[in-house]
Amino acid sequence: MQLSVLTSVTGLAVLGCIVELLRRQQLREKYAALWLLIGLIIAPLGFFPTWLDSIANKLGVASGVSLVLFAGFVLVLLVTLHLSWESSRLEAETRTLAEEVALIRAHLAQTADPMPANAVKPVIDGDTGTDSTTATTTTDDREARA
Amino acid sequence: MIDGRRVLVIVPAWNEDAGLATTLGEINKELPDADILVVDDGSTDRTAKVAAAEGAIVARLPYNLGVGGAMRLGYRYALEYNYDVAIQIDADGQHDPSYVPALLRELDNADLVVGARFGGEGDYQARGPRRWAMRLLSGVMSKLAGTRLTDATSGFRACNRDLIEFFAGWYPVEYLGDTVESTVGAIRCGYTVRQVPVAMRPRTTGKPSHSPLRAMVYLARAGLVLLLALIRRVPSQAPHTMVSA
Repeated sequence: MQLSVLTSVTGLAVLGCIVELLRRQQLREKYAALWLLIGLIIAPLGFFPTWLDSIANKLGVASGVSLVLFAGFVLVLLVTLHLSWESSRLEAETRTLAEEVALIRAHLAQTADPMPANAVKPVIDGDTGTDSTTATTTTDDREARA
Repeated sequence: MIDGRRVLVIVPAWNEDAGLATTLGEINKELPDADILVVDDGSTDRTAKVAAAEGAIVARLPYNLGVGGAMRLGYRYALEYNYDVAIQIDADGQHDPSYVPALLRELDNADLVVGARFGGEGDYQARGPRRWAMRLLSGVMSKLAGTRLTDATSGFRACNRDLIEFFAGWYPVEYLGDTVESTVGAIRCGYTVRQVPVAMRPRTTGKPSHSPLRAMVYLARAGLVLLLALIRRVPSQAPHTMVSA
């Protein structure tokens, strides 16, 4: 009895986490299907761990525990593979962006005389009182960023 | 303009402010009619300033991408600004720009011309695993190209407008991708590759390694790169796949 309490609570917690992340839109939809499926498999198994043994028997695995270990390992392997793929794709995308940025910078430098890095253009020539303060804050901002 | 062709010299540079001025000065002297694009590959030193002071066009990458990334940027620039020929010359001074006219002449017979040591000129000799790696690379690539390619890892190359377009869309960024994989990809897409013998000079900055362990690692990585280059899918929408074969 003790065991099924532990597993069912864990199963529900995992499913809860997944649903909550989905609800807050922290998980992209493409992952949502995968994780929901996993959650829906895990949660009922938590309440009835003995189901595992019968499933394992049908699959020719000696015990339910081995089946869980095996399935878990395969799942983790696939997830890491997917992440490698995803990060390769992201790298290719950021590479393209970096090239784009450099191209735009080169275009800018060639078409217009670039503004000197530390020059602050006077904002407006009209009201002196407020403008001087704006100008100084801009300078400060730039220095702070530099 | 050189012989009616607009020529862009692409110089990928990563923290090369020490030797860059000399290299650029030399290119300017040998090829006064070519434009020079220095691709500053995320340098933290004065590379971009030195390049601009020498009158080169400078494209600065926001972070380091590696030679392949810098070169694809160069080809994209060449494509956008409508150059007929793009030449790659390393910033470290090991490529002698006086060989460029020879590369340009050979472009009449090929889409990609590689300046190769071991091509009869110069006196570079490698031993052990490094030599095996070079023989493996040049053996396989010569077979593929149907011509003798002795220096697979040479970064001294010239290519025509068709290949500029091809490389602007596809240029590998990984280890040896800028030389080995890009060449294999071009060959597999039906472009013609030829080589011209050149003598290479000792690098002005940085030094080559002679450790046997490193040479073994190099051999293994070169083999892997070659294998990947052969089995990876190359872009199917290559613009001139059937034309130049």
